[in-house]
Amino acid sequence: MFERQLFEGESVRLTAYDPDKDAEVESKWTEDSDYLHAINERPAYPLSAHLIKKKHEERVKEAEKNRLFFWAVRKKDDDRLIGWARLSDFEWTHGAGTVALAVAAAADRNHGFGSDAMRLTLRFAFDELNLHRLRCTLPAYNEGGMRLAQRYGFVEEVRRREALWLNGGRYDEVWLGLLHKDVVYA
Amino acid sequence: MPDASLFKGSLVYLTPGRVAESGLWARWQRDSQWMRLLDSEPPRPQPEAHHRKEDEQAGLPDGNGFGFCFRTLADDQLVGFVYVGILSWVHRDAIVAIGIGDRALTGKGYGTDAMRLALRYAFSELDLHRVTLNVFSNNERAIRSYEKAGFKHEGRLRQAMLRDGARLDIIYMGILRDEWLKMNANENETR
Repeated sequence: MFERQLFEGESVRLTAYDPDKDAEVESKWTEDSDYLHAINERPAYPLSAHLIKKKHEERVKEAEKNRLFFWAVRKKDDDRLIGWARLSDFEWTHGAGTVALAVAAAADRNHGFGSDAMRLTLRFAFDELNLHRLRCTLPAYNEGGMRLAQRYGFVEEVRRREALWLNGGRYDEVWLGLLHKDVVYA
Repeated sequence: MPDASLFKGSLVYLTPGRVAESGLWARWQRDSQWMRLLDSEPPRPQPEAHHRKEDEQAGLPDGNGFGFCFRTLADDQLVGFVYVGILSWVHRDAIVAIGIGDRALTGKGYGTDAMRLALRYAFSELDLHRVTLNVFSNNERAIRSYEKAGFKHEGRLRQAMLRDGARLDIIYMGILRDEWLKMNANENETR
């Protein structure tokens, strides 16, 4: 039936998040403010494993209502947790959703793991959820994220000028968009 | 004193945002075409109590939303609502929404005037850095009004809506504090 497994990439796999094991690791990530600034616009703030677990309970609730799909991204060779991927903010009547993902530790970036996870997440969005389009929100200074999204066919759709204020500077928030028909499985 | 006229425009003035109390929601939401311009969610008529709760939330002075109704200066007629919702206090970023439920009252400049008041509130009272709005690509009259109020186009989510089998874009517009100050420079000097 399926051409290939939905959750098996070349170097990573999308798996269930296990708060008992993963919360410690995720908590460690939040001690890196560069990581926090790259993933969202909220003030950088480290979260204990306890708080991460509580946050995960919210994710589970959202997932139960079909408002969120959230995966732990693990390396295939040693099963180590290196990041996460999510689909959310669905407008089911219009076939629209939002994608976000992160490879958290600097040492794990630039190995193709993020790209591998993106391919799986997009395939799930378009071939499993049958979405018409996806959005991806990035701060303008996250150039690596921008390049990754563009390789898969995302184009800049909205530039919210000076929407971010960080270290005394104003930065744009960029929304990239991808139509199902334009996806390139790079 | 500039604040003497914070709530008063040239055609309309801002009043407490008690739309439900006025019974207008019940009437307006029968117009599904209007509901469709207002929101991308499927229109779902709600009982009065639901709207009363929304009004209360929008009216909380310490909250993240600042909701108003607006009325004509000439004959005190209730025209519509306008709402400033804080997206982030940290970044000083907000989104604004506006609606005129009675079609007989559109096309008279009331909405543009109310939007100017909402922007004045956002920039001079809340001291925000930018204000965002979105509008569907089939709502040309609204787009013209927003341009008149000073909003600049910031992009569009392509084919983000499906309406009667056709795809529409969601257009995003924004205005920065500096742009608003420049636009109002003359007005401010005369105060």
